[in-house]
Amino acid sequence: MNTAKTLARRTFMIGSVAVAGGVAFGVWAYKRPAPNPLTGKGHALTPYVVIDANGITLIAPRAEMGQGVQTTLAALLAEEMDLAWEQVRVMHGPASHAYFNAAILEEGVPFAPTDEGWLAETARGAMHVPAKFLGMQITGGSSSTPDAFDKMRAAGAVARVALIAAAARQTGLAEGDLTTAEGAVILPDGRRLAYTDLAQDAAASDLPDVPPLKPRSEWKLLGRALPRTDMLEKVTGTAKFTADFRHPGMVFATARSNPGLGAGVKTYDATKALAMPGVVDVVPVPDGVAVVANSTWAAFKAMDAVTIEWEPAPYAATDADMRAEVAASFTPDHQDSRKRDEGDVDAALGADAWAAEYTVPYLAHATMEPMTAGAWLTNGRLRVWAGNQLPTQVLKEAAKVTGLDVSAIEVETPVMGGGFGRRAEMDFIKQAITVAKALEGRPVLLTWTREEDMTHDAYRPMATARVRGAVKGGKVAGFDLRLAAPAVMASQAGRLGISLPGPDASIVQGAWEQPYGFEHYRVTGYRVPAGVPVGSWRSVGASQNAFFHDTAVDELAHLAGVDPLNFRLSQIDHAPSRKVLEAVAEACDWGAVPAGHARGVAFCLSFGVPTAQVIEVTQTAQGVVMTGAWAAVDVGIALDPSIIEAQVQGGMIFGLSAAIRGEITFKGGHAQQRNFPDYDALRMPECPPITVRILENGTKIRGIGEPGTPPAAPALGNAIFALTGQRIRSLPLNKTINFA
Amino acid sequence: MTYDLTVNGTAHSVDMPGDTPLLWVLRDGLHLTGTKYGCGIAACGACTVHLDGEAVRSCQIWLEDAVGRPITTIEGLGTPDTPHAVQAAWVQHQVAQCGYCQSGQIMQAAALLAETPSPDDATIEAAMAGNLCRCGTYPRIRAAIKTAAETLKG
Repeated sequence: MNTAKTLARRTFMIGSVAVAGGVAFGVWAYKRPAPNPLTGKGHALTPYVVIDANGITLIAPRAEMGQGVQTTLAALLAEEMDLAWEQVRVMHGPASHAYFNAAILEEGVPFAPTDEGWLAETARGAMHVPAKFLGMQITGGSSSTPDAFDKMRAAGAVARVALIAAAARQTGLAEGDLTTAEGAVILPDGRRLAYTDLAQDAAASDLPDVPPLKPRSEWKLLGRALPRTDMLEKVTGTAKFTADFRHPGMVFATARSNPGLGAGVKTYDATKALAMPGVVDVVPVPDGVAVVANSTWAAFKAMDAVTIEWEPAPYAATDADMRAEVAASFTPDHQDSRKRDEGDVDAALGADAWAAEYTVPYLAHATMEPMTAGAWLTNGRLRVWAGNQLPTQVLKEAAKVTGLDVSAIEVETPVMGGGFGRRAEMDFIKQAITVAKALEGRPVLLTWTREEDMTHDAYRPMATARVRGAVKGGKVAGFDLRLAAPAVMASQAGRLGISLPGPDASIVQGAWEQPYGFEHYRVTGYRVPAGVPVGSWRSVGASQNAFFHDTAVDELAHLAGVDPLNFRLSQIDHAPSRKVLEAVAEACDWGAVPAGHARGVAFCLSFGVPTAQVIEVTQTAQGVVMTGAWAAVDVGIALDPSIIEAQVQGGMIFGLSAAIRGEITFKGGHAQQRNFPDYDALRMPECPPITVRILENGTKIRGIGEPGTPPAAPALGNAIFALTGQRIRSLPLNKTINFA
Repeated sequence: MTYDLTVNGTAHSVDMPGDTPLLWVLRDGLHLTGTKYGCGIAACGACTVHLDGEAVRSCQIWLEDAVGRPITTIEGLGTPDTPHAVQAAWVQHQVAQCGYCQSGQIMQAAALLAETPSPDDATIEAAMAGNLCRCGTYPRIRAAIKTAAETLKG
């Protein structure tokens, strides 16, 4: 009975996504390839490879936000094409449904990532169909590498076979006698036919079937630390971010949106601003008003001269009121999911179980590059250039704002100064397009001030956890974790005009699927009614739930009187997860803590990646200092160890910044933190040395943009407990203790 | 009114208000876009350039105060073909992630090494504390500064 019920629920969840994506078109349409967006641009071999007289360009259709994705995606193609790394040129390419992301939806299936049973795998496979119909070209969810791993190697292999076939036709030799190396087909006599000379012929013929891919033992590029394709440009100031493009006659704009998020403008008066030097125009835009001028600075100054009367915020006025709403959501009618319910938790815990409450605040993304977008409407065509994580959605929004057909719209996705989930939002891009429509014919660059950026985010939500637990014989005898948070996926999708029925995965992500074998184990999610717009913030729900789940486990370890690392190790049966704990223990020499120092360990499995971290701290006269950090991750297959190391270090620093001092508060419905002095991040003197171990015991390839973040907060909190005996259950930590 | 500036050894005449921050003169007036806007209040270091050979936050320098003083931006420090030792060290250690703060980090590090050729860890950290990186490239920046120091000493 129980199984049947569970099955029905699973079918519903998958079905609802499928319906939203229009799976009714059936298998035939699914199998038909999406049109190649590169047709007519050089010689396009598959949507990923363009060869022209200038060389070979590889399309890496995922947003480069710093995570190195374009380097790794290009390497997948280059490996199978037999290119030398120096030959590789890479670009993001156009917005196109051909670049849909299938792996992103796999996170939504109601199976733990460690569940590799038939049903779980079938469900994951089924997600590829809706992904294609949704046509979502999306960068997020640490999904780019898993999505691309087979797809882009296959594209490279197909291109290689097509080039060999062209060489065979030209030379009259048999395909089997030809080999490839460093961007050329090699004839039996050693002569080389460059791909650039074969491309026209190759592109004119039908593409062959996908040949067998190279075994790992033959990889020359994958599995190694490659020089990033964007590095030299980024260190010489020549990389072009959104704000770095200059077009003839370009004007510079900025916008001010209602600080009551989602509310409109009552009235505004631009008289003074319009009289200021350099001001071109003042334009109403979605959420607010924009000023257009002959420099960004002139626009910033004139923006201050526009008086605007705002509609009130459509949600609670203060963060204290919002916290009360969260607290009031631990009720049966707010229950959103109970994806884990093993044993008899209530009986195991009894009435006097250990109990605790944890809280985390709202967080801003605070990318180094504030939200920026460019748009140019001229001769019935619109060109948009804007760092974004959802180019096909930009197309859709642009069509809506301008009334143009998508065929008249071009979306470019330049490298971006950080994303962390923020650039999956469309607000600033819609504003730029609206200004471009008002100033038809003129290229417009719209730049938000830092203050605008920080006060108009789709924030990581505030959340509260209530946990009860018991220990017996050195192990967890019962674990009941209740999590209350607003629904991030529903909030985010709602702003894109998509309704997501069913439980919101974000509320329990990073908690319900942890590989612990507690006999009595329950994780329940409660949905806090929608209020402040919330969005994906590096590692999404796992960013708070790892703090909740792992801190509770740590508390129980101390309650049981067992070493916290052994306590975790002894109750996890998933081998790759055990191995990251063992690896991090070995890396830091867990048993050998320097005198006057203390360490905390934390573990979280997120986005399929088991991650263990250790933080070491000491007390100084100025406050607590982090003196060391270690991490071990399992990505299944490590395509580029240097990029993986950087992502884990960076993810960890991102998590530590928030744990120590990240907090957005509200007053009168307005976010109170406006610039870095109010919402700062870790600075170099505070950053400990970070050692990263990369393991490959997992059975699947995984992305690594996010998994480094979740364990950072609990590892630091657990270290502080080990140092001071003080258990801090509320973030940020600097509200309770002093950091040097 | 026009102002005469010398940027990366080239003389420019700029027709912008005298109280325009140098950052926006460079970016929107001279189209030298390697210098980045991050906060506008000298809190992040993304806009760091050299003025009279010293690292300054260009968002805090008015155009009229920069007249007649040599200015070096990231574009003038080195080029893709002939990178400065600090830039080369950044490539060697694969420092940049998103890269948005790196122009400022590199200009700050280059000024540090010009003044203190063999900085110890505490000196490096004190000099770099004003340069924020949200990607978390600090461990590699530390390593790259040490490599650059060795290279510059020859």
